[in-house]
Amino acid sequence: MSVEKPVVSLADLCSRYEGLLVPDERQGFEGYLISPDHLISFCRSLRDDVGYDYLSSVTGVDNFPAEQMEVVYHFYRTTGGPSFNLKLQVSRHNPVVPSLVPLYPGADFQEREAWDLLGIRFEGHPDLRRIMMWEGFEGFPLRKDWREPFFEDEAKPFKSRWPDGQVIRSEDQNPYKNNVRYPNDFDPEQWTPVGDDALYKGMLNLSQNIQSEFKTDQIVVNLGPQHPSTHGVFRMVVVLEGETVLSLKPVMGYLHRNHEKIGERNTFLQNMPFTDRLDYISSMSNNFGYALAVEKLMGIRPPERAEYIRVMMAELTRFLNHIFSIGFLLNDLGAFFTPALYAIEERELILDVFEAVSGSRMMCNYFRFGGVARDLPDGVLEKIKELVNDRLPRKLEEFERYLTKNDLVRIRCEGVGVLSPEEAIALSAAGPILRASGVPYDVRRADPYSIYDRFDFDVAYGLHGDIYDRYLVRVEEMRQSLRILKQVVRDIPEGPIMSGKPQYQARVPPGEAYGRVEGPKGELGFYVVSNGKPNPWRYHVRAPSFINLTSLATMAKNQKIADVVAILGSIDIVLGEVDR
Amino acid sequence: MMDEDRLSREEFSIPVELQRQVAIATLDKIYNWSRRNSLWPMMFGLACCAIEMIGAAAGRYDFSRFGTEVMRPSPRQADVMIVSGTVTKKMIPTIVRLYNQMGEPKYVIAMGACASGGGPFKEGYNVVPGVDRFVPVDVYIPGCPPTPQALLYGLIALQKKIDTESIKTARWYKKEPSVPIPIPVLGPDLIDPRDLSAIKERSQKKSQEEPEAATGDEEGIVHVS
Amino acid sequence: MNGWGIIQGLGVTLKHFLKTYLEDIRKGKGRYFTEEGVRERSASSVTGVFTVQYPEEKLILPEEFRYLPFLVYDELPDQERKIRCTSCGICAKVCPPQCIWIKRAIDPDTGRPKPTPAEFYIDVDICMNCGFCAEYCPFDAIKMDHDYEIASFDRKAEHVYSMEKLLKSASYYEEIRPKNFAREEAARLEKEAKTS
Repeated sequence: MSVEKPVVSLADLCSRYEGLLVPDERQGFEGYLISPDHLISFCRSLRDDVGYDYLSSVTGVDNFPAEQMEVVYHFYRTTGGPSFNLKLQVSRHNPVVPSLVPLYPGADFQEREAWDLLGIRFEGHPDLRRIMMWEGFEGFPLRKDWREPFFEDEAKPFKSRWPDGQVIRSEDQNPYKNNVRYPNDFDPEQWTPVGDDALYKGMLNLSQNIQSEFKTDQIVVNLGPQHPSTHGVFRMVVVLEGETVLSLKPVMGYLHRNHEKIGERNTFLQNMPFTDRLDYISSMSNNFGYALAVEKLMGIRPPERAEYIRVMMAELTRFLNHIFSIGFLLNDLGAFFTPALYAIEERELILDVFEAVSGSRMMCNYFRFGGVARDLPDGVLEKIKELVNDRLPRKLEEFERYLTKNDLVRIRCEGVGVLSPEEAIALSAAGPILRASGVPYDVRRADPYSIYDRFDFDVAYGLHGDIYDRYLVRVEEMRQSLRILKQVVRDIPEGPIMSGKPQYQARVPPGEAYGRVEGPKGELGFYVVSNGKPNPWRYHVRAPSFINLTSLATMAKNQKIADVVAILGSIDIVLGEVDR
Repeated sequence: MMDEDRLSREEFSIPVELQRQVAIATLDKIYNWSRRNSLWPMMFGLACCAIEMIGAAAGRYDFSRFGTEVMRPSPRQADVMIVSGTVTKKMIPTIVRLYNQMGEPKYVIAMGACASGGGPFKEGYNVVPGVDRFVPVDVYIPGCPPTPQALLYGLIALQKKIDTESIKTARWYKKEPSVPIPIPVLGPDLIDPRDLSAIKERSQKKSQEEPEAATGDEEGIVHVS
Repeated sequence: MNGWGIIQGLGVTLKHFLKTYLEDIRKGKGRYFTEEGVRERSASSVTGVFTVQYPEEKLILPEEFRYLPFLVYDELPDQERKIRCTSCGICAKVCPPQCIWIKRAIDPDTGRPKPTPAEFYIDVDICMNCGFCAEYCPFDAIKMDHDYEIASFDRKAEHVYSMEKLLKSASYYEEIRPKNFAREEAARLEKEAKTS
């Protein structure tokens, strides 16, 4: 990573673009508006001269009924600091925006997502296909005037539930008696599925350019969506020559559960349990990110004790996520289930804590705006203390003795799936992937939130960017989490756990907020726009698993097919978050 | 271990010295007993519930105690498909294909609210409201997600269901071959090949009405099961 | 190199393997099929066998554990049931997947709404077990159940819970959540003392 001094300051750059760059003056909004014509040149200067080298998130916003679409970019410096928000406004009829992929390759999937769900066309994007839905799907579902087949009302709570609630299944209200809708005059017998031709065609064209010494056939192999090593319903299309991967394309959307569309119908509070189901292994972290975003909008902060409880839960989550992911990485390497079984044993003990605190093992739904749902029940803090001070360090050490120096693990992992620091930044990789490549970027340090500035901990990072370093970074992060936890259980104060009275209808003033936390899988961001109503106007999740997958193709290139499985395991994806 | 209590018939008395080695039972009983204790699930996870399924397979709950430890990634070798999570429209063609590829006898457990009836994501545009719309489900387990113990309870329920079956009526010994379930097509929305005429009729009727036909009670619509 | 790492790793698995037997011998018979044994095997000091032999033994659920919601009624002396729900509709409004349907009772004489539900449905195929209904109910009328043994063979007939199926007694509630129950009773008595 280059830490050269920026050539110009941000203020310089902004003054150079005076007149073209307009501050966003809507109440509660920040950042700048720019016209599409100047986006590329401005962003080039922003990246090269000012040092905003990390494109965190690309969000499309539909400003219906205004004839306007908006694209919001959040840029960061990998040396730390707050974000720079840039916005583009284009006509809703024909929204065309220049693609940022040539400058920030990490925008690839995010732009495809905005195209898929909102119909914003990114000019210059190398592969603008649908990503969540399939080719041929009718409409752009996240547009405000697009209604799902089971549409009942613009916003929750639905009026049919009370006071005169007659239970009706949504199926019975739909003319097709199913969750479907078709265009007028649609004749299903005439329909030919579009299929994956565009996908395969692009890949084979790409691979024909490669010259090989030996004359071998190139074959296309589909791994998934039902494959034991893809960690869920994920699909990889691989072009192979012999056993070597020439190119790889991830295909997702098999678990696209319309999180954002549902989220915009929900009230602010109702979204909280839905965030549990994003990265369903680490629900507490998801709660944390969403609570931060909405609290930013509401302008409230939780009381001291709640902050400590939050950090405690988030770090326990990080521990259990990492130990789980290492267990399953070993599964992918072929150590069938034994390491995973040992990992799950520790995970179960932490889940017991979550169950006692929140009521559910996985779907905790524990955070509230301005605090947490309930105080720690009797005996739980003691249990956490036992875990943190005794059990988990001991088991972590045993885990390391078991795996770290294991020759087979090292042979399979060292030098495989290498991602250079430059590539990692450009591809917007986050979390352990980014840090294993030698970029010590951790949101807890770079842009501290909650009370992380009070704790002593080191940011773990690797040097080689291979699978083995990712493994080591995760182990070291678990150790650092335990270090934070020890400080938390030592210092946790008594006091209230909620600022103000618990309300089921949060009053959120108009504005936008981007709340981000360092989740176990990387930077987890929630972009929330409120228009003062009980429901968010726009609710977007910057999912680390999803964006980390952008780098999969780079890592897998020229590797052996057997290693692709291990590389995927080392990224540690959760499909609930990838597809949302 | 043989479970004499369940297997032996009471009418026949077995000499004490043979009681641990011999059992007299009907053919159905032996047949069901051997199948219920070797249910191999397909290694097939969809969403959140899959993590709880892994939890049920791991040390603490250990569903190998019920003979289900051999998780097979291939549908050809699996007896039971645990649909563990939200079934999306993009995924349902694959699920139906997997189900068709499973050899008889085959069972389906819908684990969790999503697989049973769409769950909290039911209102979403990419969600199939219940996997039973396409494949027959034997046991439904409510919960979001069902805890591993709830899943084990569901497995035991399936075993009980198997106990009631008989060779004489088993569908896989019938003369006529079993008809595979038609695989849904991804069109402008999900198309179930069994509903082609209903879809056509309805969408053409809709185009005559103006402009956005209101949902509600329509007459002349074939009821889709 | 030279496989020393593998040997060390195998040592770890061997230790785990031996411990499963050693712990059983050391702890003796009470380790299985007793509540104490289950408690011990789910404590953070557990070594050896970690398996809970469901269904013969079950994990001890923490008080806050939540599965599906149920409605609480108070038992009046003469076998009568007083439903706590006043059909205020907060649970239906706060429910994230909107799986609660309430029909408010109407007084047949006046035609005005009565503070009690005439019908109350929860579609458990939609419910996400989030616990908001119980958390925000101002009358402690809806609570989260501990019963997870509810697999069924027919969802269309059984999975929309009607009020009859949802109603459970306050003593059952006290049994599964003693601390919450005691706290709420104390708050209620205090409030009653204030108003009278």
